[in-house]
Amino acid sequence: MQAKWNLLLLGLFIAILILIGLLAGRFTVYLTSRVMILSIFALGYNLLLGRTGLLSFGHAAFYAAGAYGLGLFSLHVNPHPLAGIAVGVAFACLLALVIGFFCVRHTEIYFAMLTLAFGMMVFSLIWNLRDITGGDDGLVGIPRAPISLGIFSIPINKPQYFYFLIVAFLMLSIVLIHRIRHSPFGLVLSGIRENDKRVEFAGVSLKNYRLGAFIISGTFAGLAGALGTLLERNANPFGAHWSHSAEPVLVSLIGGIQTFSGPIVGSAIFIILREIIERFTQNWMLWFAIILLLIIMGFRGGVVGGLSSLSAKLFSHRRTVDGLPKKNEHRK
Amino acid sequence: MNLESIVHICLAGLSTGMFIWLVASGLTLIFGVLGVLNFAHGSFYMLGAYCCFSALSLMGENFWLGLIIGPLIVCAVGFIVERFFLRYVYHLELPYQLLLTFAFVLLFDDLVKIVWGAGSLGSPTVPGLSGSVPILGRNFPTYNLFIIIIGPIVALGLWGLIEKTWWGRIIRAASSDREMASAIGVKVPSLFTAVFVFGTWLGAMGGGLAVPYVGLLTPGMGEAIIIEAFVVAVIGGLGSLKGAFLGALIIGLLSSFGTRYIPTFDMFLTFILMAVILLWRPQGFFGEAS
Repeated sequence: MQAKWNLLLLGLFIAILILIGLLAGRFTVYLTSRVMILSIFALGYNLLLGRTGLLSFGHAAFYAAGAYGLGLFSLHVNPHPLAGIAVGVAFACLLALVIGFFCVRHTEIYFAMLTLAFGMMVFSLIWNLRDITGGDDGLVGIPRAPISLGIFSIPINKPQYFYFLIVAFLMLSIVLIHRIRHSPFGLVLSGIRENDKRVEFAGVSLKNYRLGAFIISGTFAGLAGALGTLLERNANPFGAHWSHSAEPVLVSLIGGIQTFSGPIVGSAIFIILREIIERFTQNWMLWFAIILLLIIMGFRGGVVGGLSSLSAKLFSHRRTVDGLPKKNEHRK
Repeated sequence: MNLESIVHICLAGLSTGMFIWLVASGLTLIFGVLGVLNFAHGSFYMLGAYCCFSALSLMGENFWLGLIIGPLIVCAVGFIVERFFLRYVYHLELPYQLLLTFAFVLLFDDLVKIVWGAGSLGSPTVPGLSGSVPILGRNFPTYNLFIIIIGPIVALGLWGLIEKTWWGRIIRAASSDREMASAIGVKVPSLFTAVFVFGTWLGAMGGGLAVPYVGLLTPGMGEAIIIEAFVVAVIGGLGSLKGAFLGALIIGLLSSFGTRYIPTFDMFLTFILMAVILLWRPQGFFGEAS
């Protein structure tokens, strides 16, 4: 029953994305592209936060690794977008391996501070190595060359075509992360979050699993960074700043940390709400902070968590109306 | 390289370090007792700077009067944050605590823009401390010398308060074992509020003292200082005031020598030191291994 609903919702989601790509105007397409890129960033991030409970302030570094990996490769080596994305993702993955190796030695606040330190190291390098990274100007004029696949090529120069490339990458990310979450690896991760002592007693190396989750989430951050750079056609040093690491945390929180679709819903709410609020007032952050306070103080399940517990209540209510005894609920 | 320039780089480093210490002391105190790493501490620093600025303009440009009144206003804000928000997330997981304080960073940044405008404000001069004194043939700002003297005074005052007074004993008791302290009759929630407000006052004082030191007041000034304060607090061992004082000295000197000799890797050096300390001695210089 639940699986059918989820498939239906996924189908609806894809249909809406395709309709936007075919029918909507330039601005809506651009905005939806940003929602999808943030979704990839947050989906990967939430594998770490939601599954293992680790809060990282360094994922902006991996976003920037993807961004600058793609930017430098397409400016100096080869402008093929898929090759650039592959280089950016590989670069982010490698960086996550190195940084993660040190960071997973701690948990809780010390983990957060370690990731902050490593993330800011990357930021300071990008900021100060002007000759390579362009310093505070970033990398500008990154080409969006056509994707040539043997006999034909796709001109992603057109926003519509590029939009569908992002849709494809989002779908790929959703499938991959769903598979990872339901694999034995993903289940051990949830176990670590619930009770790391018991999992350790079962003979599992906590560090290796945490490192695995860290690398995977860093890799998706790199993918988001590469796609974001292609969308904006420049790489910005503030993509590596610690405050950018807060973005996936915030959208996961809005959508619901303990749900799969939370990061996607949160990203959509975050970007659309910002557009709407900024039309009326300069003080978008003020309103966002109030929303954040409300969620933390009262609605910690987030939007998706709140909705699903609401629907669960409705369903269970209907069941008791049907006359099913309550104890059966737990037995099935 | 000669003696004069080394002495002057050291003095600049000392004043930077003592300046960060003024902010980091409140952060460290709050973490040590409440166990919450307060992102909003940078905002209290910023609010302190702005409130002092406004208070001294209202009080006929009297800097000292502004320094007394400004932080008191920020204390009221700190009270509201702890009593009506933070108190309800102590039992929650770390991400919620950090994000709650982060939400206040966003809130106060915009509030400052609404109240004082998005542009930067020029700083007032402090009567008697606005000039400079010659040291080894070069001029050094008097106000920076004043900050170098104020830092250790604050440190001594805090040490006396924590180690020598009845209040300090209760604070130490509550920070080492919350439940036991409440079992022997300490009103832990009120104590936490009091410590948070006191930490807020320290941050706001740092902001007030920063008004002439940094020269310009900008709405984003809290976010720059909070990361430096984090670095200092971490290097000294989270929650250790002694460690934070030493950490501030190290970071101050490191950054003043760094900007002089290796400007490209100055920031990098700071964060690599932070990472090395976290990996090698997470409890800091004075903490005991757990």
